[in-house]
Amino acid sequence: MPSLDIWVLRGALGAAAVALAGPALAQGLWERPDVSFGQPISEADLALWDIAIATPTGGNLPPGQGSVAEGAEVYARLCVACHGENAEGGTMYGAMVGGIGTMAEDPRVLTPGSMYPYAPILFDYVRRAMPLDHPQSMTDDEVYAVSAYIYQLNGLVEADFVADARTLARIVMPNRDAFVPDDRPDTAAERCMQDCAPIGTVADADGAGGAAEDAEGGGTGGQIEMGTEEGDDG
Amino acid sequence: MNPRSRPEDVRDAPGVDVMPDPLAPSRPGRRRFLRSGAALAGAALGGGAAVAQAAPLEVPESNRTMGEPIPESDYGMPIEFEDHVRRRRSDVYVNKQNWSDWSMTPLQHQLGIVTPNGLFFERHHNGVAIIDPDAHRLAIHGLVAQPLVFTMSDLMRYPALSRFYFLECSGNGLTDWREAKSVTVQQSHGLLSCAQWTGIPLSWLLDEAGVKPEGKWVVFEGGDGSGHLRSIPIEKVMDDALLVYGQNGEMLRAEQGYPIRAIFPGWEGNTCVKWLRRIMVTDAPLHIRGETARYTDPMPGGKWRQFSMVMEAKSVITNPSGGMTLAGPGLKDVEGFAWSGNGKITHVDITTDGGRSWQEAALEEPILDKCLTRFRYRWNWDGSPAKIASRAVDSTGYVQPTAEEIGGVREIVGFVQHNNAIFPWAVAASGEVVNAIA
Repeated sequence: MPSLDIWVLRGALGAAAVALAGPALAQGLWERPDVSFGQPISEADLALWDIAIATPTGGNLPPGQGSVAEGAEVYARLCVACHGENAEGGTMYGAMVGGIGTMAEDPRVLTPGSMYPYAPILFDYVRRAMPLDHPQSMTDDEVYAVSAYIYQLNGLVEADFVADARTLARIVMPNRDAFVPDDRPDTAAERCMQDCAPIGTVADADGAGGAAEDAEGGGTGGQIEMGTEEGDDG
Repeated sequence: MNPRSRPEDVRDAPGVDVMPDPLAPSRPGRRRFLRSGAALAGAALGGGAAVAQAAPLEVPESNRTMGEPIPESDYGMPIEFEDHVRRRRSDVYVNKQNWSDWSMTPLQHQLGIVTPNGLFFERHHNGVAIIDPDAHRLAIHGLVAQPLVFTMSDLMRYPALSRFYFLECSGNGLTDWREAKSVTVQQSHGLLSCAQWTGIPLSWLLDEAGVKPEGKWVVFEGGDGSGHLRSIPIEKVMDDALLVYGQNGEMLRAEQGYPIRAIFPGWEGNTCVKWLRRIMVTDAPLHIRGETARYTDPMPGGKWRQFSMVMEAKSVITNPSGGMTLAGPGLKDVEGFAWSGNGKITHVDITTDGGRSWQEAALEEPILDKCLTRFRYRWNWDGSPAKIASRAVDSTGYVQPTAEEIGGVREIVGFVQHNNAIFPWAVAASGEVVNAIA
């Protein structure tokens, strides 16, 4: 629990601020007060926290390396229980291989190979979040190795590939150019009050524009399939 | 507004509760509640055209006994009769584990615009982090003049302010684009809540560290087991973003990011990083997994829309809603929520004929920026089948679209985010209310 002195200090500060501003001056609550309570720290002293990767360039990837063969060993030890043999899906999560070429299909099969636009995304995610029951427990070499193994299973690197800060960032991902910026609002609904069209459905949109061939195969159906892929979330 | 004072209200009719609700039948308090509802319905049926004569009233037991004594100290909880009002873990889309998972707010039971802290929806990427505030540190670094670290005591020395904002998961409604999967509004819309948040502007801390001119994006990272992070454009951070430690009059609950989280008003919930431990100023977004493989929207031609963080205007009728049964024809207090991540709600319209005609609902004060707004509409139901829905308009002039209109411009395949479609409920002649999205 926060100690009592926090509350005492806040009370004292409030009183001081009122005294400085004077009674005639109305204070905007959003206005930054003339106080600084942060303590200077060096970037070097933040090194253990500084784990995020600039994934398009591989910026901030650490020293170290790992081969596909070493990755297979790491995978068998730390990953296979949930993700299954050859990353084809296991007790908790679905496949992490395949799906390349399905982005214009229904369902789109999402794996690190088919979905990630930049290869270092896998390093960033595995290092910070995997394995789920012991995150941030893997060495950088282990993370490089398992990244090499997953991308080899996806056919994106050869069996003799060794991942490091330089080689990982060089992998050209098939979904690299698939991302577009937010351009919403993308609808311009009218506020019709009388004699309006009945509320339409996604299936109605399919009929008009032919966006999806099989309404049953998409939507929640596709979502269930997607849910078995990496399993968790949106 | 005590529901028990309105015997005709849908809340008191038999079978009004969420279905399925496996907790309800086994609880004595709930059974008593339902029995009284059934008795009232029976009395109404026997009354015919005349106004039914109420039975003589006895002096209730509560008037003739001492109440419960005040405990020496406690944290008060709702009375046992309201025990059915609970968050529910996702049960339309079921995860095989409960660490990267979510739970949903019972919107059909919420009165007013503030969601009680124990009912506020959850979404975690590796469970609920338990953090000792005395040990917690927040670092700011990257493209700043001086990297800084803050203790909780440091952060709470700044003058505080409080603001009301809704919070909605980008995935709210993703199960119900094409099929009526959800039974209740808790399942279809329950990744939505609203609170009064207390803290300080994030811009103060960035100004204190001194953002360099090339600093254009700011990465926010949590101290949880997923190290959840998002890159946010600096314009949003400096505009209205908050660092909060308070929610609805008390410190944040653990599941809401105790001891501190970010709030980006009107933006999807996952940007509002919980258990915040690190702020890093960069020249570009990181494009990490949660900005590419997740929290992106499928678009035609195999494309993905990225950094779609604002939650556009939306509304839903919470009462009557799926799983309820109307007790019979007559006056119905149609109510629900409207909200917009782009500003204030200016109008909410109601249809009872599936969208062919619309009438304006009343908006209840306060009507706040990027906050839940309560609408109400008095509907005289004639007892015939009806399809009811609400439609929000916000202060930018944006009109809430139909699923057809969204489906016409986006690709609705797979696990699709940002469903702000008009959501209809069908009311049968029997009074049964069901999901009518498809």
